[in-house]
Amino acid sequence: MGEDTESSKVNHSFLRDYVTEADVISTVEFNHTGDLLATGDKGGRVVVFQRETVVGHKPKGELDQVGETGESGEYNVYSTFQSHEPDFDYLKSLEIEEKINKIRWLPQQNAAHFLLSTNDKTIKLWKVSERDKQPEGYNLKDEEGRVKDISTVTSLQVPVLRPTDLMVEVRPRRVFSNGHTYHVNSISVNSDGETYLSADDLRINMWHLGITDRSFNIVDIKPANMEELTEVITAAEFHPHHCHLFVYSSSKGSLRLCDMRASALCDRHTKLFEEPEDPGSRSFFSEIVSSVSDVKFSHNGRYLLTRDYLTAKVWDLHMEKGPVETYQVHDYLRTKLCSLYENDCIFDKFECVWNSSDSVIMTGAYNSFFRMFDRETGRGVTLEAWRETSKPRAVLRTRRIYTGGKRRRGDVGVDSLDFTKKILHMAWHPEENIIAIASTNNLYIFQDRVSPDTQDPDLGSNTI
Amino acid sequence: MTLLCQAPAALVGWPPWLEASVQHSSQFWMANMYSKGTKRKFYDSVDAATDNKAALYSRQRQSLLDMSLIKLQLCHMLVEPNMCRSVLIANTVRHIQEEMTHDGSWQLVTEAFGSSGPSDHLVATEVLCRSSALEQQGGGPKLYSVMGYDGCREEEVVTDEALCSVTFSGGAPSLLGTIDHCWDRAELRMAAVEDRVIKDSGSEVESGEGAKTVMGQVFGTFEIKNGAPGSDPALEELFSAVDASYYDLDTMLTSIQSTPKMGPYNLLDSMASSHGPTSNSSCRTDLSELDHIMEIIVGS
Repeated sequence: MGEDTESSKVNHSFLRDYVTEADVISTVEFNHTGDLLATGDKGGRVVVFQRETVVGHKPKGELDQVGETGESGEYNVYSTFQSHEPDFDYLKSLEIEEKINKIRWLPQQNAAHFLLSTNDKTIKLWKVSERDKQPEGYNLKDEEGRVKDISTVTSLQVPVLRPTDLMVEVRPRRVFSNGHTYHVNSISVNSDGETYLSADDLRINMWHLGITDRSFNIVDIKPANMEELTEVITAAEFHPHHCHLFVYSSSKGSLRLCDMRASALCDRHTKLFEEPEDPGSRSFFSEIVSSVSDVKFSHNGRYLLTRDYLTAKVWDLHMEKGPVETYQVHDYLRTKLCSLYENDCIFDKFECVWNSSDSVIMTGAYNSFFRMFDRETGRGVTLEAWRETSKPRAVLRTRRIYTGGKRRRGDVGVDSLDFTKKILHMAWHPEENIIAIASTNNLYIFQDRVSPDTQDPDLGSNTI
Repeated sequence: MTLLCQAPAALVGWPPWLEASVQHSSQFWMANMYSKGTKRKFYDSVDAATDNKAALYSRQRQSLLDMSLIKLQLCHMLVEPNMCRSVLIANTVRHIQEEMTHDGSWQLVTEAFGSSGPSDHLVATEVLCRSSALEQQGGGPKLYSVMGYDGCREEEVVTDEALCSVTFSGGAPSLLGTIDHCWDRAELRMAAVEDRVIKDSGSEVESGEGAKTVMGQVFGTFEIKNGAPGSDPALEELFSAVDASYYDLDTMLTSIQSTPKMGPYNLLDSMASSHGPTSNSSCRTDLSELDHIMEIIVGS
């Protein structure tokens, strides 16, 4: 910020950093093969990136997995479309934000790709397909599509398909509306390929992908008297393999595993995962920081990963009494909870993700930092997603927060953390070590490259 | 004791009417305390330390309660408020109320207000606009209701140690130690000027029943807005009287993220999206940054 108050020139340098609210990325998701990456933003737009397939080409200096043809391609924009528009609820006199809360891809069944995107109220199914051929030679229409004058048609021809430039078409195939009174926070596609669930603050509905005018309510925690409301649903997900199982998390830090075979309305959980509170560390903020912001099944379906404000926890589905692993994401914030409550940062909802082999978990933090934890060693590393320090192809360096003791160069003090730069949304490629990190309006894609000299993988970056 | 009556340094540079009201209330607080018959005792160092700690805890709890009530009350923005956030804040308020009930600091308040139990008023209104109650106590200072907040919209009020709830009965020892290091004293902030002015005999809010009514009224808005039959006419009346100044307070408090490295664009952004600039740093920094921004905008 220029302190040039004496001169008549106005310093506009700060305007460069001005971020349009609509460009803030609100969700990131890889598809099931990892070839496509979708992002949703606050302006209701969805941008789909596609990975370049570079077959057989090994660029200098980069080594891929030995023995495999390189697919070290970068992600480029494949398609952009406006998924949701701002709406107005006339009954309540409130605006309905067009912000995309979640995107989930369907497993691919044919040449087209399908994804579900949702804002606070409405879920839409989009079909993303390629067209590289175009019919030409119509009898009644000319090349531009205008109707021909009949008298000029002297002979008949058969229209043929000719190759054209690749076009990506996106069309809404289903609109699932009026299913939710409260704000939708999660959607999850079932392993049966036919149904999906959508969860709002108090209810979870199950939809059939082909039916838009009705859904089944499978969880309802709304109390008869709203005065007694003390807990809301924060996230929900179907089990990756068992189509009858799903889990949902609550603002009180509990997880409930439900089996849809037990009853039509799964208000009574099959399993309740809850960690008993440590009475010694109880404070007025205990409940708030225990609220689970995200829950994810592991790929093998045996574990759950949850994120609350200060920690990430791994739970074994067979053990309800507590998590099997707890990782401190930013424990240095524990003494700052009052300020974070005041500026509402304590209500930030961070996501968490598994890697493809379920051996590493990752979650975001403040100051453009994100954390990765190796489950085998229990060690965590802090990385930064920030344009100034990430040049394309540069290697990511680990960062440290200074909390006492010997201070090293490059350590960041707790008081100089920027709480407006939060990494809330992220995704991990389903098969490879490629991660997508959303930082405000920027998307960072980091790819793992095993260097030829050492065994340690380092991360190269690709900023979009 | 003397320490508690000092006006904070951050008051420097504030409008004179504001400083005056703070000083009035400090005197008022002292007078009130004596009128209750609380004697000044000579404490030995240990007792003094414990009492100071207890008083500090009580003040912090009070400010947290007020902050929470304001956050709850002023979330009627254009977009439906985040229910998870509202529920968590409401639970925090409930927790504080329960603790205060155990402490006995609740009884003082209900006694002070003559148990009029205004169940059809939103509780936070009671917190912020306690002019009637104070008049009962022979209050002299000029009081400002939230409705008339326009004048000092742009400054955020720093917690004034002088204006704290009193009569901590020494309860909740188990929480005391943990609360201490959960709070960052230097960054404690109070939202409304009124709190400073009217904070005399401690917290207000009705216990038990009243708390339930509060929650009902807060979440009742979700109900009402969902078209539930038989909505409370008193509630509707209450919300119809909500002044635009509420939104300013709220945007100041809840929609603006704080950052230690708050650059001008943050302030500009917040000014664009809300009605008033704010920051969570000290008032002095606020004012100077605000001045700078205004210069830029005015193009001087």
